[in-house]
Amino acid sequence: MENNILLAAENLGLSLQGKTILSDVSLSLRESEIVTLIGPNGAGKTSLIRILLGLSEATEGQVYRRADLSIGYVPQRTSINAVLPLRVQDFLQLGGHYKDGEIARVLAEVGVSHIMDSAIQKISGGELQRVLLARALLKQPNILVLDEPAQGVDIIGQQALYKLITSIRDNHACGILMVSHDLHLVMAATDQVVCLNTHVCCTGHPDHISEHPEYLKLFGNALDGMAVYSHHHDHEHELNGAIVCTHHKECGHHRG
Amino acid sequence: MVPLSAPIIRSVVITVDDFIINALLAGVGLALLAGSLGCVVVWRRMAYFGDTLAHSALLGVALAVSVEMLPIFGVAVIGVALASLLFLLEQRQELSTDTLLGIMAHSALALGVVVLSIAQRQGSNVDFMAYLFGDILAVSREELVWIYAGAVLVLSLFAYLWRDLLSISVHEELARTDGVSVTRTRFIFMLLLALTVAVAIKVVGALLITALLIIPAASARLYSSTPLQMVVLSVLFAVLSVVLGLASSMQWDMPTAPAIVLAAAALFFLSNLVRTHHS
Repeated sequence: MENNILLAAENLGLSLQGKTILSDVSLSLRESEIVTLIGPNGAGKTSLIRILLGLSEATEGQVYRRADLSIGYVPQRTSINAVLPLRVQDFLQLGGHYKDGEIARVLAEVGVSHIMDSAIQKISGGELQRVLLARALLKQPNILVLDEPAQGVDIIGQQALYKLITSIRDNHACGILMVSHDLHLVMAATDQVVCLNTHVCCTGHPDHISEHPEYLKLFGNALDGMAVYSHHHDHEHELNGAIVCTHHKECGHHRG
Repeated sequence: MVPLSAPIIRSVVITVDDFIINALLAGVGLALLAGSLGCVVVWRRMAYFGDTLAHSALLGVALAVSVEMLPIFGVAVIGVALASLLFLLEQRQELSTDTLLGIMAHSALALGVVVLSIAQRQGSNVDFMAYLFGDILAVSREELVWIYAGAVLVLSLFAYLWRDLLSISVHEELARTDGVSVTRTRFIFMLLLALTVAVAIKVVGALLITALLIIPAASARLYSSTPLQMVVLSVLFAVLSVVLGLASSMQWDMPTAPAIVLAAAALFFLSNLVRTHHS
């Protein structure tokens, strides 16, 4: 194995009750690499992730994990049990034993320092996503696994989230494995897209994959009547929805 | 007339004091357990599981009476057996947990009544009602010892499991990736609940056990912002319910266990009112 490979799957297969969920899936993740796993619903994305994380076993093939691996996992957008009184900092403490300073630092890194003492059920979906990211970062991971991080986040929010994920990759030099059901819009910083539909349909850099015949066969029609619209905004939104003017900060375009 | 009856009255007074103290101690012992475990029951929506254990408790009583053991042991054995059976059946997943619970609760209850009636026909004079609604004023010294032995065992295991229980209540999948053994933690907690029901059988009876698990925890939720706060408050509410219930049952000659449950319910509604008023 090349020594910068963190995680690799070789010819993985999974059959449950006679149904083939995964067949002959191989992929690898290197240091500082961002791999995006796309595929339609039922393609086996979650099953594959669970095997890679070691939460379940494959029926065929092998998983290689580097010995010193620490994996940070950000689950699909979930709601946290509302019956349980829990502040954001209590939630983060559950992942391990951390000093308050560490928690404050990591919350600042993901841009949500202001909610450390808030009840976790009262924060917004976007904030929860960042708290889950913070929880994963506390483990000082060499791999970050993100399951549908952009689900339910609008396009502006996605841009901000992707920018954050890219900066995490740059600062921590960790490999990032991201799952997305959005077949057409993947993060620009992605190094490799793996298109999964039980088997690996195609892999490659985002620029090349949309021209791949297998990809077009699988998803080509879905593009009919739709177009990718590039937004050209003269302002951004802060997490709390406040508008920040990107052209001239002094224009007084700030609203809560 | 006075010299003759005076000693008799005094001995009655001593006995009354004695069984009130025993009742208070038994009630507080149960409140410590029910208050703390009740929080997890509320978090993990296990009220129906608590009810199922309670229903099966009657079978435990019937079996214990037939072999002349203390009911608390019969209830503990049946509860542990039922929790294990449920745990095994849950792994198969063809039926949902609440369906399984429904099947087990009512079969165990029916079997319990049948076994009790056989025991009664064979001359046992066991009082059915005492185990449906509790008989806290009849708790013996020996039972008191076992109640506290159970409480110490359950609470120390609860404290040991606390972090894991919290993790799996917040998010099972995340807990699993953190290396928490979700299945093991769930199973041990089920056993702890079974033991709690055994402790409760003489104190509040099979039909009212779940109330003492749920109501104090629900009241505590309103005032807590951390899990530990909720447990502490829930225990306080449970102890207060026991004290108020006992006192009002003395004062107005009410059945004790229902008085305790009513006190818990009154505290719940009161704390809701106070809470709404302030916000």
